[in-house]
Amino acid sequence: MKFIIAVIKPQKLDDVRKALTDLGVEGMTVTEVKGFGRQKGHTEVYRGAEYNVDFMPKVKLEIAVAADRVAPTIDAIQKAAQTGRIGDGKVFVLGLEEIVRVRTGETGDAAL
Amino acid sequence: MRDYKKALTNAFVKMAPGVIAATVVTGAAHGQEMPAPSEASTFVFNTSLFLISGMVVMFMAAGFCMLEVGLVRSKNAATICVKNIALYSVAGIMVWLLGYNLIYGIEEGGFIGKFAVWGFDESEALENGYAASSDWYFQMVFVATAASIVSGTLAERIKLFPFLIFVAILTGLIYPIQASWKWGEGFLHTAFGFADFAGSTLVHSTGGWAALAGALVLGARKGRFEGGRVNAMPGSSLPLATLGTFILWLGWFGFNGGSQLALGTIDHAMSVARIFVNTNMAACAGVVTALLLTQLRFGKVDLTIVLNGAIGGLVAITAEPLTPTLPAAVLIGAVGGVIVTFAIPLLDRFKIDDVVGAIPAHLFCGIWGTLVVPLTNSDATLLGQLAGVVIIGVFVFAVSLAVWLALKFTLGLRASEEHEQLGLDKAELGLEAYPEFANG
Repeated sequence: MKFIIAVIKPQKLDDVRKALTDLGVEGMTVTEVKGFGRQKGHTEVYRGAEYNVDFMPKVKLEIAVAADRVAPTIDAIQKAAQTGRIGDGKVFVLGLEEIVRVRTGETGDAAL
Repeated sequence: MRDYKKALTNAFVKMAPGVIAATVVTGAAHGQEMPAPSEASTFVFNTSLFLISGMVVMFMAAGFCMLEVGLVRSKNAATICVKNIALYSVAGIMVWLLGYNLIYGIEEGGFIGKFAVWGFDESEALENGYAASSDWYFQMVFVATAASIVSGTLAERIKLFPFLIFVAILTGLIYPIQASWKWGEGFLHTAFGFADFAGSTLVHSTGGWAALAGALVLGARKGRFEGGRVNAMPGSSLPLATLGTFILWLGWFGFNGGSQLALGTIDHAMSVARIFVNTNMAACAGVVTALLLTQLRFGKVDLTIVLNGAIGGLVAITAEPLTPTLPAAVLIGAVGGVIVTFAIPLLDRFKIDDVVGAIPAHLFCGIWGTLVVPLTNSDATLLGQLAGVVIIGVFVFAVSLAVWLALKFTLGLRASEEHEQLGLDKAELGLEAYPEFANG
C-alpha cells in the first residue's frame, strides 16, 4: 500500500478527480493549501502599490492505493494536472503501514 | 443652503396664485404659466423632501461602513463596524445637544451660533414652509456624513474611544461652527458670497481636513512604508467595498437633491430632478476616468481606485449640482476621477496612510468642486470660493490638529504595536468578524 500526496493547481482539481475516478480510485481527501516551489510568488497591484504574493494557492490531494495501483495513479495525476507551465505542482509517494475502516474494523487492502 | 430656500419659499408664500417668479435655473420653465400649488401641498412636499432625502443620506452611513470594512483587513473588520454605527449615533446626540443651534442660531454675518439644546418647536413651520423636525433630521444626517469620512482614513490603528471623543467634538462643535458661516448665513455667506450648495467644502472637505490632521498625528499603519517602499495592505472584501460605493452613490441623490431644500413647486421639482441627473453624470464620469487612467498608469484596472473615482466625482459636483449643463457636470466629475487616481499614490509618497482614500476623494475633490462653481454659476466668484476653502480649511485643520494632539498626549490615540499586529477586533473587542474561518 502506498500513500500518495499530490499538490496541484486549484483549477486542475476537477480534471484530476475525473481521471482518478475513471481509474477506479475509491476515495481521496482534498485540502486548500498555500506554498511555493520554483514558481516562487507573483506580484499584484493594490491601490497603485505593487506587492508580492509569496505563497501561491494550491490544492493538496491525499490518496491511499494498493501497491499494484500506484503507477497508474501517479500517471493519471501527472497527465491530468499538467499545463506545462511553471507551478504545476508535485506528487509525493510514501509507504503506508496500515489502514483501518472505522465502520467495520476491516484492515489493509480490504479497507481501501 | 438654507438661505437659498428661505428666499424661495417666502417668495412663494407672499405671492398670489399664478405665475411663480422662480430664480432657479430650469431652462424651459421660464416664461411659462404654471399652476400654483396650495400652501398645504407645498408644505407637505417640502417636508417630504427632507424626510426622504434624509433617509437615504442616513443610509450613506451604511455605505461608508461597507466601503471601509471592505478596504480593511479582516482582523479589523468588526472594529470598523463598531466605529461606524457609533459615530452615527454620537453625531445624532451631538447635533441635538449642540450642533443644530450652533449652525442656525447664528446672527446674519456672524461668527458663532447659539449654545442651546434643540427641541421640538413647530411655531414657525408654516412660515418656513416645512416641518422644523424634518429640517433637523436632514441636517443631522449631513453631520454624520462628515464624521464617517474620518473613520476610514484612520482605520486599523486608532483606538475606539479616543476616536469617538474626536467625533463628538467634530459633530458638536467643529462642523457646526464652520457650517454656520455659510448655511447659517454667517460671515462667509454675507461678506464673501461663498457658494456651497450641498457641502463640497462644508461637509466633505471638513471631514477630509479632520481626517488629514488625524492621519498626520496618528502615523501610518505598522509596516506600510517600511523598507523604503510602499507596502500594499489589500482589503478583505472588494465586493463589500463596491456595495458600499453603490450605497453612497444612491445616498448622494438625497444629499444633493435634498439640498434644494424645497419640492413644493413645479420649479423646485424640476430643479431637484436636474440635480439628480447632474449628480449621476458626475459620478459616471469619475468612474470612467479612473477606469481608463488606472489602466493606462498601472497596466491594469484598479478597482478600489475606480470606487474612489465615483466618490470623487460625487464630491466634486456637490458644491453646485444645479447650474451645470450636462457636459459641465461630466467635466467636473471627470476631474474628480483624475484627482483620486493621482492623489492616492501621491499621499503614499508623503507617507500619509489613508486606508480608504478619503483624503483624495473628499478633501481634494471637495476643493476642486468648490473652486469650479463660478464656471457654471455666475452668482459665485473665484475669490469668494477661495476664501471659503481657505478659511474653513484653516479652521477645521487647526482645531482638529489641536484636538488630535490633545488626545494623543492624554488618553493616547494609537493602539499598541502588539494590538495592531493582532488586529483591533481581538485586541479591543475580543471577537472576530468572521469567527468560522478564523481558526482554519
